[in-house]
Parts: sequence; C-alpha cells; structure tokens
Amino acid sequence: MKRKKRANAIGLCTEDRIMYAVVYVLMGLLIVVIAYPLVYVVSCSFSSGNAVSAGRVLLWPVEFSLTGYRIVFNYKQVWTGYYNTIFYTVTATALNVVLTTMAAYPLSRKNFQGRKLCMTLFMVTMFFSGGIIPSYILKTQLHIVNTRWAILLTGSISVYNMVVMRTFFQNSIPGDLLEAARLDGISDIGYLLRIVIPLSKAVFAVITLYYAVAHWNSYFNAMMYLRDRNLYPLQLVLRDILNAANVDLSQISDPEILRQLSGASDVMRYSLIVISTVPMMAAYPIVQKYFKQGVMIGSVKG
Amino acid sequence: MQTTTHKRPKRTGRGASFIRNFKRDWQLWLLMLPPLAYLLIFDYGPMYGAQIAFRDYRARSGIWNSQWVGLQWFRKFFTSYNFRSIFTNTLVLSLYSVVVSFVLAVGLALLLNTIRSARFRKFTQTITYIPHFISVVVLVAIVNQIFNPVNGLYGALFRLFGGEGYPYDFRGMDTAFRHIYVWSGVWQNLGWDTIIYTAALASVSQDHHEAAMIDGASRWKRVIHVDLPTILPTAMIMLIMKFGRVMTIGFEKVYLLQTRLNETVSEVISTYVYKVGMGSGHAFSYGTAIGLFNSAVNCILLITVNWISKRMSDREVSLF
Repeated sequence: MKRKKRANAIGLCTEDRIMYAVVYVLMGLLIVVIAYPLVYVVSCSFSSGNAVSAGRVLLWPVEFSLTGYRIVFNYKQVWTGYYNTIFYTVTATALNVVLTTMAAYPLSRKNFQGRKLCMTLFMVTMFFSGGIIPSYILKTQLHIVNTRWAILLTGSISVYNMVVMRTFFQNSIPGDLLEAARLDGISDIGYLLRIVIPLSKAVFAVITLYYAVAHWNSYFNAMMYLRDRNLYPLQLVLRDILNAANVDLSQISDPEILRQLSGASDVMRYSLIVISTVPMMAAYPIVQKYFKQGVMIGSVKG
Repeated sequence: MQTTTHKRPKRTGRGASFIRNFKRDWQLWLLMLPPLAYLLIFDYGPMYGAQIAFRDYRARSGIWNSQWVGLQWFRKFFTSYNFRSIFTNTLVLSLYSVVVSFVLAVGLALLLNTIRSARFRKFTQTITYIPHFISVVVLVAIVNQIFNPVNGLYGALFRLFGGEGYPYDFRGMDTAFRHIYVWSGVWQNLGWDTIIYTAALASVSQDHHEAAMIDGASRWKRVIHVDLPTILPTAMIMLIMKFGRVMTIGFEKVYLLQTRLNETVSEVISTYVYKVGMGSGHAFSYGTAIGLFNSAVNCILLITVNWISKRMSDREVSLF
C-alpha cells in the first residue's frame, strides 16, 4: 500500500492532475444525476400537497408534512399488497434457494453419474422455452391459476443462479474435505448440510438477495396468474394506483383544478414509492460484505 | 477411433455399473429429484404444450383434440401488417439499450478505477448501486412524476430557469419512448453493470502500472494501455452474451411505458404476445406461435454467441 502511494505521488504530473480533476468532476456529476431524483422523491413524500403540486419542492421537503404517509397507512389495499409481497418473497425465496441448492450440489460433484444428463436438461431451458401461453394453460390444468401457488411455482429455479452456486461449490470447497468426511462416515446429504453449506455463506447471501429482489419487484407473474385482488402483491397494487390516477387526471384540461386534485394524490404516490422501495434497499448493505466474494468466485467458469 | 475402442468394453457392463454407481450416489439423486421434477413439469411441460402453435386450440377440446392447422398461425404473423414494425421495434430498442449501457459501464468502471481515494470510490459505487433495487413499477412512476410538466421536477426546473407556463409534455410520446426506456435503464443499472468490470480491474497487477510509469506514461495513458486491455476480454464476452439476448427484451418496463400514442414504436414481441394471448381475444394458438417464433430466433442467436464466446475464450487460454 505504501509503495503504491509513493509511486503515485511521483507520477503526478500536470497531465495527471488534469485527468484527476476531470474524473472527479464527472463522478460528482454522476452522483448528482443518480442521487438527485432519489432525494427529490423522498423530499416530496415529506412535503405538503400544495407544495408538491405547485412544484415548489426542489431539493429538501417544503412545508414538512406526513399527509402522504397518513393516506397510505389508511389505504387497505396497500397493506394487503404489502403482506402478500412479504409472504411471496419469503416463501418463494426459501423455496428457490432450497431447490437451487438441491440441484447445484449434485451437479458440482464431478463423478455424479447423472451430471451430464441433468446439466443438459437445465441448460436447454436457458436456450428455449415454451412461452407464456403454454405455461398459462398448464397452470390452468393444474388448477393453480388465481391461487398463491401460481406465484410460488413460477420461475422457482434460475439456471443462472444454479450455475453460479455450482461453480462456487466446485471452486471454493476443497475436494479433500469430501474424502476426509467419507472416512468419518458422513453421507452425501450430511456432508452438504454440515460442511458445504456452512462454508458457502457468501454465495447463499448473494443468491438469496437475487431471488428476493426479483420476487419483491416483479408484477408480471401476478398480473398473468392472479385475478383476486386480495392476492395481489404490492407491485400490482402500486401499478394500479400509480397508473390509474395518471389516466384519470389527464382527462382534466384545466391546470388549476388538476393541481388541487393531484396535490394529495401526488404526495401519496411519493410516499408509496418510498414505502415500497426501502426494504430492498435496506437488504443490500446486509449482504454487501459477501458480495464480491460470492459473485466473483461463482461466476468464474469452472 | 481410440475413444470408440476404449468405450466398447465398458458398454457391456453398463447396467451393472449404473446400479453400482446408483448405490453409491443415491443420495445425490434424491437431492436432484425435486428440482428435476419441477423442471420437467414447469419448464418442459410448457414446451410440450407449445404444440398448440400448430393446432387450432380450443379450451374445451384440450391440447390433444384440437385440430392440426400446420403453419397457419406463423403465416398469419409473418403476413400481418405490424410484423415488420414489431420485429424492428424489438431489435432497435434492444440494440440501443445494449450499446449505450455497455459503453457507459466500461467507461465508468475505468474511471472509478482511477480514483485514488478508496473512500470516495466506495461512496460513488454505493450511490450508483442504489437504483438497481427499485422495481420497474416504481421506476416508471418516478419517471412519470419527475417529467410531469405541471407539478414535477421537470416543470419546476423549467420555471426556475425563466420558462413561462408549462413545458412540453413528452411522456408517452412516440418520439421520446426509446430514449426514456434506454436512459431510465442507464440511470437504474449503470452502477450495477460495472461490478464485473471493477472486479476484472482488480486483477491488474501493480507491476504493469509501475513499469508504465517508469516509461513516463501518464495516468490516462495507463488507463488506455494497461487497464482497458485487461478488461477487454471480459467486456467482449459480456457484449457478445448481451447480443445473444437482444430478442428477449423485458416485458415489464415496456408494457408500463406503453401508451396509445407510442404504440408504433413501443410494441415489441413480448408485449404483443401478451396482448394477443391474454387479451380479450384469448388467441392462445396465435400467441403461442409468435412466442415460439421468438424462442426459435433466440435459440439460434444464443447458440451462435455461445460458440463465438467459447472460441474467443479458448484463444485467451491458448495465449497464456
């Protein structure tokens, strides 16, 4: 580290100074461009309806108020959606991680006899799929359309994640451990549970995050398979609220009336955006420390 | 030749050796069973069901008893008036998005790598990662709110800089659709896309930099001649893989950004399939045929890019 610093200090000529200045300015701009809309949304959610609809919010909250949140907290559909999303995310992610592990571990064992056949069966699905309509027909025949199962049993194994996990098992768990465990009379499943999984926290953290974020954020499957509003996940509820209001308000041509009407609904929308997004953003820092290790080791081809 | 003669004698004892191996590996098979069952039912099941693309599917008769119609639905799609526009829209939107996001991600990774303060670099990375966790529903809502000419940021800034009244509302317009789609994607995923390149850059050895510095290379020259060549193989493979997916453009964002006004540029294959099959018409066979056509094109693309990237990485290996 010291050596690097000294070397850099020697190399700092005028040309370098200019480049560093340019880089810092560019990065500063990038941070502003990315962070500003986020700050703006949060600030709007804490402002009064009047301030938002008059466009007076520019950076910080204007006329601090919790009206938006109060409306959201009283919106029953939002809470049903929130509950459903938590249910889908937790249950489906658990199911996904378990199934992915069950496939990834045998496939990571070089002398497992079905390895080639099973791997081919998995890889084919990456290249080809029957499409959404045959899936819909299948789920109709299984009588799981418009039930929670339709969401839980869609996309349960991501082949990409499975390959990442398999590669991680292959590359970062020493083969000698298996031999040693065998001598101690540990079975394959026992070895997976007691040795492989505890040694693979990084890849589990990353893959759980991938699955959870995907479930939390998706609306397509719910739109496809659910009719009953009580089963709707948050994103679908959000889509209805955020889009529907748009359509209605655009029918009104007088901007002043539009302003008054949209004041409260705008603030509420900003609050909704904040409430629905915070959990996933909070999840990232928790798994961040595993991230580099998990992604890198896993994605190096083995 | 040698391999065949080698394998023959094994084949006679195959059944026996399978049983022996199964006795050894039965727990592995047991683990494999549930994922395999899932795969066969929920991935291979629909592939089997996709035969309705060649039938006239009626819900009452089921898959088996619906009449065969050959390539009727494919012909209908290829000759329909909007086939060309849907195909072009899909391709243009994908390519625009792939090229822009690729160039910017590589560029950003290179610039981030030159930042000497580890703290500032980490801070920049963290900020740029945040939007990745936003859902498309929320992203589109943010876009619509911010570009609202009456009470959004766009209108507010317009008036702040001396504009009169309200600026032009370009949301939902056909001319703006592609740019909104691509640049909101850049805003959301630019930081996240750099992760792989940042990791590749971490493997650049300090000796190369020192050698270049002794030769009097400035930091910028080292970016071009040391850093860039290091990540180029990774970058090329990433790019090729992205080209392999140009026909699988995501449904979710396009569908949300779609309006009556921009349909001519925003209708892509996935949204069209959804509307045809799940819309009021419930044209299951027709929708399946379009989806199957898309799948076939994808499959060819993916096999091609896989072959190219394999050849490329082979060359990499043989270089060292």
